[in-house]
Amino acid sequence: MLNKTIRSRITDSWMLTALVIILFLPLIIGLALFLKSIPLFHISSLPCLLFSEDWAPNAGEFGFWPFIYSSLYVTALSFVFSAPLCLLAAIYLTEFASKRLIQIMHPVIDILAGIPSVIYGMWGILVIVPLAGEILAPFFNIKSSGYSVLAGGIVLAVMCIPYMLNMLIESFKTVPYGLKEAAFSLGATHWETIKHVLLRKSRPGILSAFGLGLAKAFGETLAVMMVVGNVIQITGNPFKAAYPLPALIANNYGEMLSIPLYDSALMFAALILLIVVLLINLIFRYFIVSSHAVKI
Amino acid sequence: MRNGKTIEEKIFKILTGVACYSLIAILGYIIFIIFRKGFSYLTIEMITQLPTGGYYYGGEGGVLNAIAGSLYIAGGATLIALILGVPAALYINSHLIRHKKTQNTVRYILDSLWGIPSIVYGAFGFTLMIWLGMSASLMAGIITVAFLITPIVIRSFDEVLSTIPKGLHEASLALGSTRSQTAFKVLLKQGFSGLITAVLLAFGRGIGDAASVLFTAGYTDLIPTNLDEPAATLPLSIFFQLSSPIPAVRERAYAAAAILTIIVLIISLSARFFAKRYSKSNLK
Repeated sequence: MLNKTIRSRITDSWMLTALVIILFLPLIIGLALFLKSIPLFHISSLPCLLFSEDWAPNAGEFGFWPFIYSSLYVTALSFVFSAPLCLLAAIYLTEFASKRLIQIMHPVIDILAGIPSVIYGMWGILVIVPLAGEILAPFFNIKSSGYSVLAGGIVLAVMCIPYMLNMLIESFKTVPYGLKEAAFSLGATHWETIKHVLLRKSRPGILSAFGLGLAKAFGETLAVMMVVGNVIQITGNPFKAAYPLPALIANNYGEMLSIPLYDSALMFAALILLIVVLLINLIFRYFIVSSHAVKI
Repeated sequence: MRNGKTIEEKIFKILTGVACYSLIAILGYIIFIIFRKGFSYLTIEMITQLPTGGYYYGGEGGVLNAIAGSLYIAGGATLIALILGVPAALYINSHLIRHKKTQNTVRYILDSLWGIPSIVYGAFGFTLMIWLGMSASLMAGIITVAFLITPIVIRSFDEVLSTIPKGLHEASLALGSTRSQTAFKVLLKQGFSGLITAVLLAFGRGIGDAASVLFTAGYTDLIPTNLDEPAATLPLSIFFQLSSPIPAVRERAYAAAAILTIIVLIISLSARFFAKRYSKSNLK
């Protein structure tokens, strides 16, 4: 009997420890990255680091604005491409399409969400970069190699589609059928029901799908890095190259230890990514949690 | 009035349909391009041979080093993720079953962890590696990827565990077993195929991730025989070969990409298969 209690105690504490380790993981990661980036704060203030445009690691100048700007630009562009398309497609799949189509599409979307980003990147190089450089850019009379913000935005959009679509479909499915029936019985057309009942009822779900899609796009590394050109500049022209934060980290880890403060700078970049993505996640997932709480 | 409504409905029906089918077309096109490009360069040497000296200039060889390295890293990481993830998921569903609020908060945090970009895990793994005095190695890669996939194991296993009827849990407690006995003897058994699905999902994510192993696993042309040796990974091998100016090397990147896609497809299809089987063989 004693044996049983002791054994239980041991497994209990093992289970609890495992859970606690995982729950504190974001804090530990944040702390580790923060400690590594402290030396950077000795030479410059936080606003200066974030908004200065001077990037010269050899001279000890670390201004992250070009990278932050590039990240924001590429992410925004991908959002503009993917969000409306996903919303419309999700409405079609859940409301208009035959049961068979959604039965086929569900696993397909799942599988596509699991395809590694390097594959999307390769597809970007094979298809999107030539499209941007040889077809779209000459159309607007711009010279471009194709490795550009536009290519990055398109590849990111495509990567985020399965992810967003999945969440949108899930959230549309949770709208109770009775609500729609009530709208129909009041004489609303199918589209009116979608507009006033479905979209309204799943607003928190739509918002969080969009938010989480944004967060995913903001932190995506390899696929973007392969097509975005990686040139440090601030440009409004989507046919020019950019240099997002994740690409900065991934491209320079080799030299990181040979230039003073460079490793701090890269860890600081990772810290920015962590904080932004974690905040977006916490905020938008809260929408989902709180909307579940008041479900009818 | 009635007419305007039906026109609006028609327009939107067409619009949503066009959006949906163009998405299907785009996603299908990706798979088509990867396989068409890949299979035309895929040879048996690619899978069975290590790169030879001049491999990166178009010489003989294959990517066996990367295939093996990826399997090692994903396998090792999945093992660690199991050791941490299974008890954590069981704890949520056995000890916390009466504390709905804590349960929800824990799930909320775990879901948010899922969203952290892999490059951040990579940077964290690198910092950890420096602190521990390790160099880029199989071990460092495994630990980093383990952090990345543990939340996935926990949440997808938890998702299945939470569907287990409460009565089963209560019956076990009523027979005098402790909470942890209930967890490991009843919940684990009931949710076993769910666990397999969770493991496969995590393994698939681990094998495809590049940004987290970029700093930590290093790269080598050999198959690692020890935990402190560097290891190549398939995604990185594709990435490096793609950036080569030599067409023959790039072509082999296409073939390697097809190999990686097939591995990931097999994993996610078997995950779906086990998820289906779970719903059949479980006590209601």
